[in-house]
Amino acid sequence: MKISEKEVEQLAFLSRLDLQGEEPADWTKSLNAVLDYLELLNKLDTSAVEPAAHVLPLKNIFREDRPQQSLDKELVLANAPEEEEGSFVVPRIV
Amino acid sequence: MSRYEAVIGLEVHVELKTETKLFCGCSTEFGKEPNTQVCPVCLGLPGATGVLNKKAVELAVKAGLALNCEIGTNTWFDRKNYYYPDLPKGFQISQVFRPIAYKGYLDLELNGKSKRINITRAHLEEDPGKLTHAGGSIITSHCSYVDYNRSGIPLVEIVSEPEIRSGEEAKAYLEKLKAILEYAGVSDVKMEQGSLRCDANVSVRPVGSTVLGTKTEIKNMNSFRAVQRAIDYEVERQIEALMDGGRIIQETRAWDENLGVTVAMRSKENPDYRCFMEHELAPIELKTEWIEDVRATIPELPDARRKRLVEEHGLPVYDAGVITSSLDLAEFFDAALKEYPDAKTVSNWVMGELLRLLNARNLELSEAKITPGGLASLLKLIEKGAISNKMGKEVFEVMFEEGKDPDQIVKEKGLSQISDESQLNRIIAEVIAKNPKSVADFQSGKEKAIGFLVGQVMKATRGQANPGVVNAILREKLAE
Ligand SMILES: [Zn+2]
Repeated sequence: MKISEKEVEQLAFLSRLDLQGEEPADWTKSLNAVLDYLELLNKLDTSAVEPAAHVLPLKNIFREDRPQQSLDKELVLANAPEEEEGSFVVPRIV
Repeated sequence: MSRYEAVIGLEVHVELKTETKLFCGCSTEFGKEPNTQVCPVCLGLPGATGVLNKKAVELAVKAGLALNCEIGTNTWFDRKNYYYPDLPKGFQISQVFRPIAYKGYLDLELNGKSKRINITRAHLEEDPGKLTHAGGSIITSHCSYVDYNRSGIPLVEIVSEPEIRSGEEAKAYLEKLKAILEYAGVSDVKMEQGSLRCDANVSVRPVGSTVLGTKTEIKNMNSFRAVQRAIDYEVERQIEALMDGGRIIQETRAWDENLGVTVAMRSKENPDYRCFMEHELAPIELKTEWIEDVRATIPELPDARRKRLVEEHGLPVYDAGVITSSLDLAEFFDAALKEYPDAKTVSNWVMGELLRLLNARNLELSEAKITPGGLASLLKLIEKGAISNKMGKEVFEVMFEEGKDPDQIVKEKGLSQISDESQLNRIIAEVIAKNPKSVADFQSGKEKAIGFLVGQVMKATRGQANPGVVNAILREKLAE
């Protein structure tokens, strides 16, 4: 086990995800499967291989520096758990 | 104290001068209502993917070249993962593994000596949002407000090698860095608007040691002077702690400007940002020709300009350093010099009157009304003897405040210097008649007495006489 159920619950809490019932256990299982697979990949010697920065042969996808319409303030704040004078309000940080 | 030396490295974040953000078309304009310059990309909404702003890449390369860096021809972005409310995606898009610029340096002059500070890297990244804490401080507040207008603004983070040895050197490094980036046109570099921000890594070690001591990271410094003070305080705090047999804890500390101390914020034992490549953005491949094209757009930088002022115009190194420390000032100087080609005189007025008034009024040069052409006209009036140097200063101040033409100010204020001999002759005759003792003193060989008589004439003309002319006439008359 690379990641414990407790760590998964902490991660969910930080990500504001509400895991219910069997979900913490299920996620712990599948995340561990992913980590095991990565462990397998880590066994490969890639020291002489240039890292692949992208899975597709893409490069230099640029946009010109021209302003575009931003979102309406009402839409921006629609998902805010709490809002005050146009700002998102978050609980005490430290 | 001398048993220890300070080891300081600076991390400077500079906002690039683009119209739009790094990965979206939202405006970067400063000072707008909170959350009015945001979109799904810079709000980090699921499913939103940005496209890289070409101008930001160009400016980052320009910054790198201006700082004598090598430019990475194969680079990409990475994700730096951490949870903080100013970072809506839960990660910051930065360049961890392949910075766009690396291995540079800048030279600073301090107390007549030159010192090279190496630059480890200058990489592109997105700015997080801006947090305001209710109740003023992050520690005492019960909640915080988040404005994402800043989220996604392109930054270059410039990291120096830990080669800085004092608060004074740190300030000189920042001044030089600011000037270079300003000249290169990559950023507004205004600390008060947050377009330049600086954190300092500070540690101390016994002199002669090559091992690094435990470092603290200092944040919350809002001026170059604050950086200097904070570092000096922190160095002393660490040395005292070690001399008392204590140890330094690796932590982040905040500078308290009012108390003049650094305060522990949080312990920071090498946080793991679980960095990995940002696979939703294509990598960047820069061709040498393109990099050279960017290099060709870099104008004359501060060091070259300072050298030119010394070599071509014979300015003292100190004057040239002051004048080239800001692009505005250097441009003002050059423009004035074009119309009044006496570099030392122009420099005296720029460094004396102009800087004095700017500092006294706490203004930027762009806010002052005086023009370079105006200064040149004023200097011509003084040279002609139409007004004295002292009156010139008075006129300068009016030009600074109101931007009027010096001729007009001289007329309006009735400042015109009296060089008309017939008018002066009359006043001088009166002064001679009223001061027989001084006249006798001078005639019996007391050279000093003439100064008193000149002073009396100046007083009678309310300073409007040309002292040189007065002196000459007086000598002529007293010799009779
Ligand atoms: Zn946006």
